[in-house]
Amino acid sequence: MTEHPKTEAPLSSPAESPEEAAATRRHFLQGMAATAFVAACSPLEREAFFQRHFKELNKDELARVLARLSQGYSERFHKQVTVSAEPAASGVLFGYALDLSRCIGCRRCVYACVEENNQSRDPQIHWITVLEMEKAGGVDVMHANAYYDADEVPRPGHFYMPVQCQQCEHPPCVKVCPVQATWQDADGIVVVDYNWCIGCRCCMSACPYGARHFNWGEPTIADAEVNPETHYLGNRPRPRGVVEKCTFCVQRVRNGRYPACVEVCPVGARKFGNLLDPTSEVRYVIENKRVFILKEELGTSPKFFYFYGV
Amino acid sequence: MHRLSVLVAFGLFVWVSACGGNHERAAYLRTAPGVAPSGAREDAADAKDFPVPPPPFSEGVFPCSQCHADMTPDLEVRDLGEHDGIELHHGPRDRWCFDCHNPDNRDMLRLASGRLVPFSESYRLCGQCHGDKYRDWRMGVHGKRSGEWNGKKQYLLCAHCHNPHAPRFKPLAPLPPPKRPDEIL
Ligand code: SF4
Repeated sequence: MTEHPKTEAPLSSPAESPEEAAATRRHFLQGMAATAFVAACSPLEREAFFQRHFKELNKDELARVLARLSQGYSERFHKQVTVSAEPAASGVLFGYALDLSRCIGCRRCVYACVEENNQSRDPQIHWITVLEMEKAGGVDVMHANAYYDADEVPRPGHFYMPVQCQQCEHPPCVKVCPVQATWQDADGIVVVDYNWCIGCRCCMSACPYGARHFNWGEPTIADAEVNPETHYLGNRPRPRGVVEKCTFCVQRVRNGRYPACVEVCPVGARKFGNLLDPTSEVRYVIENKRVFILKEELGTSPKFFYFYGV
Repeated sequence: MHRLSVLVAFGLFVWVSACGGNHERAAYLRTAPGVAPSGAREDAADAKDFPVPPPPFSEGVFPCSQCHADMTPDLEVRDLGEHDGIELHHGPRDRWCFDCHNPDNRDMLRLASGRLVPFSESYRLCGQCHGDKYRDWRMGVHGKRSGEWNGKKQYLLCAHCHNPHAPRFKPLAPLPPPKRPDEIL
């Protein structure tokens, strides 16, 4: 809107043309609406609304954001919830390796992930999908079954392939996000800022691994089941209408711990470590085992390696 | 001429420094295969490098010398009476107790060389036949290693996951399948 030429004239000046009067009225109403909105918000909501992009926050602003979130979650879940923003350490590039000759498809990893990362129980969200395939057919994800059920696994003649975010070096999901709500941090983890995500789901259609999940409904988690140790870019509780995904348990791995799925796997099929450290498990796997990456032909360069440890 | 070489040198410098960034990140894809990190050396197998929880003995059986101290070792393959819970499903049929247990001091295991090892280092015994698994285990690649990815590690003995008398991993009941998309909302 251009500046009104006669700002000093009273609003009801008879000298005003009809268009000018309309423009002024529109301006006035817009101002009213904005004022009403801001007045209706609590101070916390107002701060959240005007929060800047995560990467642009200075130290004080970030501290205020974390305190605000922690307060909100603690009130909502009736216990102390901490929100950290531990940054990537230098000289670290995380990688993952999964032994297909060991995995028995027991899904312990799926549910350990749900509990660690505060996924919604209803509507249900799982960051890990375990695919069952026939040994005779080899790796054939088009004909895989994610819904298998049995008294015991592994079922004869079948093998299992858990799929989660592959933490691509060239992540297509990051490229397509129209608002830069998702990016790759220096340690290689692709993260999402749930306060910036507009829920357009472009990233979900760009991801070739089905690794991104949308909160179609208000996520629910029982107070007692909420994991109170959270990371801003990871397992903090999400609102409805945003996308989420595996972060290699950013809240754990940036404190030296292994991801929850690595720790729970009863057969030790899951390996994790620093790709830049020649003595790490993942490096040993890459250098000594038969390794493949999923959908290599797409050029996404996953940092999630499948191998045969036999 | 002088200016040309300066330009070439500058160009080279720019190119090399531009490459530098990718270098470090992609190094993991480029190391020569087969360079095993030092922890994988056979002779480096030192018990303090492999902290493990106590061996998974059945209730009350250890020390074995409680009962065996006064018994004469009997090398016959036979029904064991006291140990009839043990069914051997491990390797060839002629495998028997003293292939691993030590007849003279039952509280130790015995390697093929005659050297005795405590139960808390039973991986040395298993590693005699399963050398490839032993190598992977020391690197934390066979079996489960917990602790910190950049710090202290905790190992498990082979026997924590595999019953040494019948080592095949037992099947498990899977946790429930995910809901189908049409069941979710
Ligand atoms: S917990 Fe381990 S064995 Fe079970 S499905 Fe997950 S990766 Fe496979």
